[in-house]
Formats: sequence, C-alpha cells, structure tokens
Amino acid sequence: MPSERAPVSLKIAAGAGLLFLHLPILLIFIYAFTTEDKSYQWPPPGLTLKWFAVTWGRPDVWAALRLSLQVAAISTAVALVLGTLCAAAVSRAHFFGRETVSLLVILPIALPGVVTGIALRSAFHIAEIPFSFWTIVLGHATFCVVVVYNNAVARFRRTSGSLIEASMDLGADSFQTLRHVILPNIATALLAGGMLAFALSFDEVIVTTFTAGQQQTLPIWMLEELVRPRQRPVTNVVAMVVVLVTLLPILGAYYLTRGTDAVAGQGK
Amino acid sequence: MSAVTFDDVSRHFGAVRAVDAVSLSIAEGEFFAMLGPSGSGKTTCLRLIAGFERPSAGQIRLFGAPVQDQPPYRRPVNTVFQDYALFPHLNVRDNVAYGLMIAGQAKTDRHRDADAALEMVRLTGYGDRKPSALSGGQRQRVALARALVMKPRVLLLDEPLGALDLKLREQMQDELKSLQRQLGITFIFVTHDQSEALSMADRVAVFNAGQIAQTGTPEDIYFRPETAFVADFVGSSNILPARLVHRFTGRDCPAALRPEALRIVDTGPLLARVTAMSFLGTATRVVLDADSIRLTALLPKDAPRPHIGETVTLDWDASDLHLMAGA
Amino acid sequence: MRALSDTLWRRPRLTIALLLAPPLIWLGVVYLGALAALLVQSFFSIDHFTGQINRTFTLATYAELFRASNFDIILRTVVMAALVTLASAVIAFPIAYYAARYARGRWKALFYLGVMMPLWSSYLVKVYSWKLILAREGILTWGAAKLHLTWLLDGWLALPVVGGNSLSVSATGTFIVFVYVWLPYMILPVQAALERVPPSMLEASGDLGAKPFQTLRHVLLPLAMPGVVAGSIFTFSLTLGDYIIPGIIGSSRRFIGQAVYEQQGVAGNTPLAAAFAMVPILIMAAYLWAAKKKGAFDAL
Repeated sequence: MPSERAPVSLKIAAGAGLLFLHLPILLIFIYAFTTEDKSYQWPPPGLTLKWFAVTWGRPDVWAALRLSLQVAAISTAVALVLGTLCAAAVSRAHFFGRETVSLLVILPIALPGVVTGIALRSAFHIAEIPFSFWTIVLGHATFCVVVVYNNAVARFRRTSGSLIEASMDLGADSFQTLRHVILPNIATALLAGGMLAFALSFDEVIVTTFTAGQQQTLPIWMLEELVRPRQRPVTNVVAMVVVLVTLLPILGAYYLTRGTDAVAGQGK
Repeated sequence: MSAVTFDDVSRHFGAVRAVDAVSLSIAEGEFFAMLGPSGSGKTTCLRLIAGFERPSAGQIRLFGAPVQDQPPYRRPVNTVFQDYALFPHLNVRDNVAYGLMIAGQAKTDRHRDADAALEMVRLTGYGDRKPSALSGGQRQRVALARALVMKPRVLLLDEPLGALDLKLREQMQDELKSLQRQLGITFIFVTHDQSEALSMADRVAVFNAGQIAQTGTPEDIYFRPETAFVADFVGSSNILPARLVHRFTGRDCPAALRPEALRIVDTGPLLARVTAMSFLGTATRVVLDADSIRLTALLPKDAPRPHIGETVTLDWDASDLHLMAGA
Repeated sequence: MRALSDTLWRRPRLTIALLLAPPLIWLGVVYLGALAALLVQSFFSIDHFTGQINRTFTLATYAELFRASNFDIILRTVVMAALVTLASAVIAFPIAYYAARYARGRWKALFYLGVMMPLWSSYLVKVYSWKLILAREGILTWGAAKLHLTWLLDGWLALPVVGGNSLSVSATGTFIVFVYVWLPYMILPVQAALERVPPSMLEASGDLGAKPFQTLRHVLLPLAMPGVVAGSIFTFSLTLGDYIIPGIIGSSRRFIGQAVYEQQGVAGNTPLAAAFAMVPILIMAAYLWAAKKKGAFDAL
C-alpha cells in the first residue's frame, strides 16, 4: 500500500504526546526512593529503601488500604449483578425505553462526580441515613455498574442470538441455557468488567468525600496528604503502590478482551 | 397423521404482518420446502414451528397436539440454523452431545452417540476440534449431526445451504435428500433458491408477503403456477397479460408460458421483434418484444437462429399456455 | 425450575421486567432519587441569620448565582473547561491519527495500552505527580535552569491571572493538570472516528491534487470532528465538576466544584451548593443536546 510511512512531524507529535502521558507517572517511582523528606526537591539528593519499611509499619495506611479493598470488592460484586442484568435485558429485546435505560446507566459517570456526590449526600441527609461503610458502597456501586454494563453489552452483541435458540431447541430450559451457554460465553467479558470496576472503585475519591463520613479509604488518605502534606515520603510510596495495584486489573482486562471487543474504557 | 399443522396462524410484529393467516399441513415423512423471497414470512413460519416465535393468532399442532404454549425445549423438533449456531466454547463432540447432556445422558454414552452422529455426516475424527477450526461445510455437518442426534420427529433447516459455494451446495443437496429417505423423518427447509426447492422437496409452499401463494409438488409449481407471482418467482416464465390471452383463448385472465414452449415458426398467432440473444451451450436464449411485452424463448441448439432486430412469428401448444387466477 | 422457565418463555415481557427490576430500582430510586433531592434543595434558601434552611420554594438561591463573586466562578470554570478541551483536542489528534492510520499489530496494542494505562491510573496519583513536577524545587524549575530558560518561567509567573508564586499555585498549573488528566478521554473517541476513515479516501484527496495540509484541513479534520465532540463531552464535563485539581494545584480563585464543596460543607449552605451543582448539569444538558444533533454519539 502506498504512503504507509508516517511523516516525521506526526511521529514526533504522537511520541511527545505519549511521553507527556507517561513521564509524570514514572516520576512517582523515582520519588518513592528519595532521601529528601521535607520538600519535593529534584533531583533527589540520594536514594533509599527506608520509606518502604516506614510505610509498611503504618497502621493508618493499612486500615485505609483494607477499607478500600473491601469497598471495591463489594461494589464490584453489586455492579456485576446489576450491570449484567441490565445488559441482558437491553441486548435481549427491543423494548420501549431501551435508550433511556442505557442513558440511566451512563448518567452517574457522565455527570461530574461532584454532582453525584452532593446528590447522594443530600439524599442520605433527607432520608436520615448515617454515613457508614455502606453509604460508600452505595455510591461506588452506582457508578461501577456502567463499566460492567459496557463490557457485557459488547459481548452480548457479539454472541449470536441463535446460540440461545439453539440451546433451547436442543432441550435446555432458560436456566440450563444460562448455565451452559450464556455464562461460559460472557465469562471473560464479565471478568474484565469486574476488574475495571474494581480499579475504578479502588481509586475513587470525589464521590467518596461526600459519602464517607469519618472513614478513610486509601484515596481519601492520599487526598489529606495532598492538601496538608505531613509525611511526603510515605505518600510517595503509597502513590507508587497504588499505581502498581491499579495497573494489574487494567492489564488483566486488556488481555481478557484482546482481539474481541475494546475494553469499554470511555466514561471511566 | 400430519406432522405439522397450521390453522390460520398469524405473527405480527407491530404493524408488520410477517405471517398472515397461514394454514398448511405437512405430512409425516415428507420433505417439505418453504420457498419465497426474503421477508415473505417463510423463516418466521419455521421459527413458529420451532417455538422461537409465538403466533399472534391461530393454532399450531405437531402430530395433532397444540404446541403454541410449549417452549422450544418441549417440542419434538430440532433445528439446523442458518448461521449454524455452534457453541464456540465447546468442541465438536460436546456440541453434538449438548442435547444429550441436557437430557441427562451419561458422559460415555453421549460421547458414543455423538461420535456415531459425526460418522453419519462423515466427520469421524473431528470431535476434538473447536468449531472455529472447521470450514463452512464442516460446520454445517456438525449442526446437522447436533440436531439429528436428538432423533427429532421433524427436522427444521433454515437456509441450510445458503452459505456454501455452488459445488458444495449440490453435493449437500444429494446428501440431505438421501439422509431424509434413510431416516424417514419429516424435513422442513426454508430457502429462497427455487432450483434448490424444486430439486429436493416432495412438496413446496411458495410464500409471498406473509401468505402462501401456492402449495404443491415441484411439477405443479413449475408447470402449473396459480398466480403470476409464482410463475415469475419460480421460473423465468413469460407472463401474458389478460388482453393478450383474451385474443387467443377468449378467457379474460393472465397466463404463464414457459420459455422452452415458445417456437419460432413461419406462420403463427404472435409477431415479435428479437432484441437480444445469448448462447447457453445446449440452447439459445432469445429475448423478444411483442407489442411492448417482453418475452423469453429458449430455442434448442439445432433450431435456426434469428437475427437481432428481425421480426419473427411465434407459436406454442395450447396445452403449454397455463391460465392463472387474476394477477 | 422447568415450570418457571415455561412461564418466562410464555411471558417475555415479564422476563425483561424481572431482568431490569434490580438495576432500575437501584439506579432509578437511589440515583435519580438523589438527583431529585438535589434539584429540590436548589429551590430552598438559607436564612443567613440563623443558618437554618428555609424549606419553601424560591428562586432566590438561583439569583445568588448571578452575584458578581459567584458568577465569576461560573465564568472562570467554563473558560477553563473550554481551554482544556481545545488543548486536549490539539494534543490528542496526532496520537489518535498515528494510532488509527499507521500503527499496526504490536504497535497498535502498545498505543492502545499507552492510552488506556494513563486513563485508568489513579486520578490522585496523577495529580500528585504534577505537584511534584510543578513545585518550586521540582523538576520543571530544575529543567528550566539547565536549559537557561529560567527567565521565561519567571516572566510567565510574573504575568497577572495566569502566573503566581510557582506553577503549582498558578492557573497555568491548574490548566496543565486538567489537560493531562483528561487527555486520554479525548484520544480514544478521536481515534475511533479516524479508524473509520478509509485510507483510500485520503489518497483520493491527494490524487485530486490536495497538498497534505489541504487534505488535513478539508478531509481529515471534518471527519475527526464527531470524535472531538464526543471526547469534549468528557473533557468539558469533567473539568466543570472537578474540585480537587484546582484545590491542590492552583491559585485561590475558585471553580464551580470547589464552590459546591465549600457551600455544602464549611458554609452549610446546601441550597446554594445544590444550585451551583445544577450549573454543570444544565451546561452539559445543552452541550449533549447540541452534540447529539451533530451525531457525536456514534463515535462513542
């Protein structure tokens, strides 16, 4: 094919753009080893592993991490159920209000997080629900549904409707069809959606500040540190760990859906 | 007893009447074809028999028992899907054994039966492959084996040969035909290809706009079309309008005249101008214009050939002129 | 089970209803209910003497939005969102174009991950990394010194509005971080739009005598526009509602998100917070309506 070589200027612009996206994150990895603990000095005056040990011994970091993992796990579970049901209904039939259902699912992340956050907070206030672990989960699950939904809908669309008919034709009722045909065919999409939902919940801060009350998830812990830096080296280490922890589900989801349907990344 | 009976069955999708008050009866052991253009309702009829659609009105009976309230998994029919619908997560053997597994048959038994079914469609040794590793023709055989292993009393085939190339299609036509004779069960297949329907089926129903235009043997359909639609769809029949037919017979209705029935003679009832000609090997196809009516004649290869632009005289045997109901 | 399955088969509408009930109850009741609560609150007002919320219908709270200090916040936020969207589109285009047109096989996957990973990386960590970069003692100041460009940096910081003590407390800093954080949301839809342009169309343009720049201007950009509009929905909406980035990296001049946060938290003026929160919703509703007319959703 002709003209398959990109112009140099385009290469430079694209490369520079990608560097702009990645260098700041890589910088975190260097700062985690710096010996400087009072400022963000560059270049680091020296390198040390000391802060990893210090962070390891911090009960507040552990507590925040534990809470974040628990919230993410339960929110993901709820989102998996709700998102899959919704995707199944939408892809199953053309019914009145299909578009509305899709819009409703997307709304919690299409609107700014601060809107979702304050809306939930007002609702809790009016209904006199005290802040707790469950109010955090309620908020997270609401915006995690869309990630599962996007992945599941894409897979349902690719899975031929005649597979379900074939299964029923061969004697399987709805539940047997669900178990032996539908679930095996959408399993990887659900796994990918679940991983992304987990990463999304694990990282969320804006809605959480409105729904958390006194509890500290890991992002809230970090936010405190950002607003009032007290333990810069510990924050550096936590930031690096967070990057690594969120990286795994993203890569996992990518490999699970590779070559089939794009990971529904829009609208994180 | 008839295997499948439709009594005034309709299926509407909103304002669209996909199937409109269709009645038909298909005998046990019959090879029955549903023929028609896309959107004529033939596939919906098949899906009504399988239970993937429910009738908006009317009654469907299988072997005398009403089934319109029975889901697909309770009906003694099985389907070969147009896109084959093989389960991508199962290998060929497990695909074929799927229905037996659902029925609760033990693993060794169902694998033995599946292998026997694969042998019947000449795919011995393919059991461990994934469907994605098979060719189109092979997938089609797997779909066939998967349906047949259930020992259905009626086998439904939705455009079974549509995705195959010409040579494979002819081979599968013969195989399906002999398989049906050997098993003695009812085959109902849907197709838009008239030559396929006419060459394979014992009886054909021609569909048009949600209704059956004509049901009959291939000979009936081909030589004695009852409506202009059937005549036009089934073959390249010439359709003579009522005013022309009136001139020759005194009857006021359109008529069908097959191209091979037209002869070029020295004196005859109809004058026509030759507008095009093509050589087909065993015959010559001549396109004629008679008083603005387009006619096609098929001349045997030893007959004298006219020239383009020449005006010729046409004749035919009165018995070949097939009078039809209104257009 | 079979009997239940039979019932479901006979009543497909019931099946759909059962599938939809849990998600619709959750989203419809919890989420839409919360939004409705927000809307209702915005029509209440606060008694400035007692601090009590007066639960009678009034438009007074909305009128407060037009007070100079509040209206400045809205204007500032919208201008920032527009600038961020523009800059994101400019930076995103070469990446998206290269990925869509030239990257193949392994490179394509690499580009895809190269956009997805920053998109999904922790938001706070991304903001934090810029706090490190933009700090007075950070890498940017160091880099400027090495390149003998300190005069340029200082000159920029001395400017009114965009400048400040250091980049990390300037509007410029806020702008850079916004662009950085939302950029992947622009790249993906633009790339999706460009993937649909057949290369033969560009060759046809060249064949008809267009210079590369003319092809870019008259063929490529118009075709990329739906993608840009789709991407801008994210960059615009996310910028409008963010309160963390301008709080951590920026001057003391506030944005809508911060106003919402402070009014409902520190000030305890929930009605005004709710009214502020309605602003991005209304702007986005108008924006989405316009985008839908342009067919931007096909590129999502």
